[in-house]
Amino acid sequence: MLKLGLPSKGRLMEQSFEWFCARGIRLSRAGSDREYAARAEGIDGLSLVLLSAGEIPRELAAGRIQLGVTGTDLVREKLAGWRSDVVELAPMGFGHADLVLAVPSCWRDCEGLDDFAAIARDFRAAHGFRLRIATKYHRLVRAFLSEHEVADYQLVDSQGATEGTVANLTAEAIADITSSGETLRANHLKILPDALIHASQATLLANRSAAATAPMQALLAHLGLAQPH
Amino acid sequence: MIPRTAKAAAGRRILEAFRAAGAVEVAPDILLPADTLLDLYGEDIRARAYLTTDPIRGEVVLRPDFTVPVVRMHMAGGAEPARYCYLGEVFRKQDHGDTRPDHPRDNEYLQAGFELFSRDPDADAEVFALFHATLAPCRLAATMGDMQLLLDAVAGLPLSEPRRAMLAHHIWRPRRFERLLERFSAPETPRRFAINGAPWTGLRTEAEMLSRIARLEAAAEGPPLPPEWRVRLHRLFSVAGPAPAALDELRVLADHLPAIAPAVERLAARLAALSARGIDPAQVRFDASHGRQTMEYYDGMTFSFTAEGRVGWPPVASGGRYDALTRVLGAGAAIPAVGGIIRPGLVAELEGAEC
Repeated sequence: MLKLGLPSKGRLMEQSFEWFCARGIRLSRAGSDREYAARAEGIDGLSLVLLSAGEIPRELAAGRIQLGVTGTDLVREKLAGWRSDVVELAPMGFGHADLVLAVPSCWRDCEGLDDFAAIARDFRAAHGFRLRIATKYHRLVRAFLSEHEVADYQLVDSQGATEGTVANLTAEAIADITSSGETLRANHLKILPDALIHASQATLLANRSAAATAPMQALLAHLGLAQPH
Repeated sequence: MIPRTAKAAAGRRILEAFRAAGAVEVAPDILLPADTLLDLYGEDIRARAYLTTDPIRGEVVLRPDFTVPVVRMHMAGGAEPARYCYLGEVFRKQDHGDTRPDHPRDNEYLQAGFELFSRDPDADAEVFALFHATLAPCRLAATMGDMQLLLDAVAGLPLSEPRRAMLAHHIWRPRRFERLLERFSAPETPRRFAINGAPWTGLRTEAEMLSRIARLEAAAEGPPLPPEWRVRLHRLFSVAGPAPAALDELRVLADHLPAIAPAVERLAARLAALSARGIDPAQVRFDASHGRQTMEYYDGMTFSFTAEGRVGWPPVASGGRYDALTRVLGAGAAIPAVGGIIRPGLVAELEGAEC
């Protein structure tokens, strides 16, 4: 029996249902929409569990579910060495969100990452500490800034309302997920055009060791997907 | 798998050799105050440090390195000259990116170290020779670099002081350094920044921004660097080979980069001092860019000893001179300092194999 983990709430769940429905697999919630049990029809040997989107990478890596739908940002952030544990089977075309670096819109002199690096150095000299970037995506942001050789910054953890940290003077810049940029604009922040850290979308993933099994192959054939390698 | 006890035994043998060279053993704390120490490391170590919180001492860090705590201890009241040695664990997170390697690097391992605080110009050779002798049975490849050469070369460029400072700051980030050098080699084009109606937000002040804008819009950072200087700098960065040959090359280069001449002559004296200690300089590789891949606190000689044919291994030993660090931690007082560490775990593995 293959276990498929889907985000338990909102648009992401509904769009996942639609995606599978278009491929001949009917997924639905059992009972009321407050109940987290669910069922799959149209194919044998597939069971459905509803989980928090943030827990799906961990459950997939541990093999407690063999298939899952979540954003590629969460997989990369939460699983060190993710390619060793999970395979991406198919991007699903919804749930688009970009992990971006944003600075105050009033920073007229900051038009890109090189400006940002220069400002970070000046800031550290003027204030005696490194420029703070608020984020919950520590690993992705650090890897990106290290790749682009930006120094003189520090990451401060922010698990929510990250856009507010700049006005609250607890950070000078933020790195967060945005789809429309609306919240950033409302908080007088602008996106650095050459600092797209990761472009995420909802993706069907499999546990790596389950990917080669016969039930998985049968399911992939049913969905019309190529075998992973 | 080498047992932990074998690694510790290798560490104690190295420590004994350091003690025999006149060092006093010290034992810095494993839990160190994060706020004062962590800022001194480059991004590489900072990002890999294990942080935790103590209800009374605030943010603390699991010792990521010995040099900074040893320097701090010495600057708080050590006599001169001083030789210290130590043996203990350091802790560094190992994030391998997208794919886990078959043999992940240790995130907890032993370091046996030696640090020398002395105004004697012979100190570099003393430390290098001590590491060379201690590691002789392992038949490692020795590489030497010298950050002072690079820093002096940058300081000697005909550029405005802020531009030279910016280059020196990014010397450990090669691509950013290269982009800056390219920008500074071209006539400065004034930039125009669009006015927007955004309200001011955040801790960076409008005055800070306006002074940067004034500089960039007025193209006031100074005349461009004549192209030959960039060529000379690249030639300096690529000097690499047996130390005597590298020295000859550097002496020729010093005719065109006069700022490096004193550092070149100090290198010559260091190599002569190694010779006098029975080390053939031709067996030491000199790589001018060596220090650009090491800790950002090194500002003079750097060195490493590596096991050839061990793919994916970090250096078995590394070290260098860090005069500026003693000034930062000494609140005005400063003393020339040089030191290094050996990884006993890797020595034990080599011993288990053949040496």
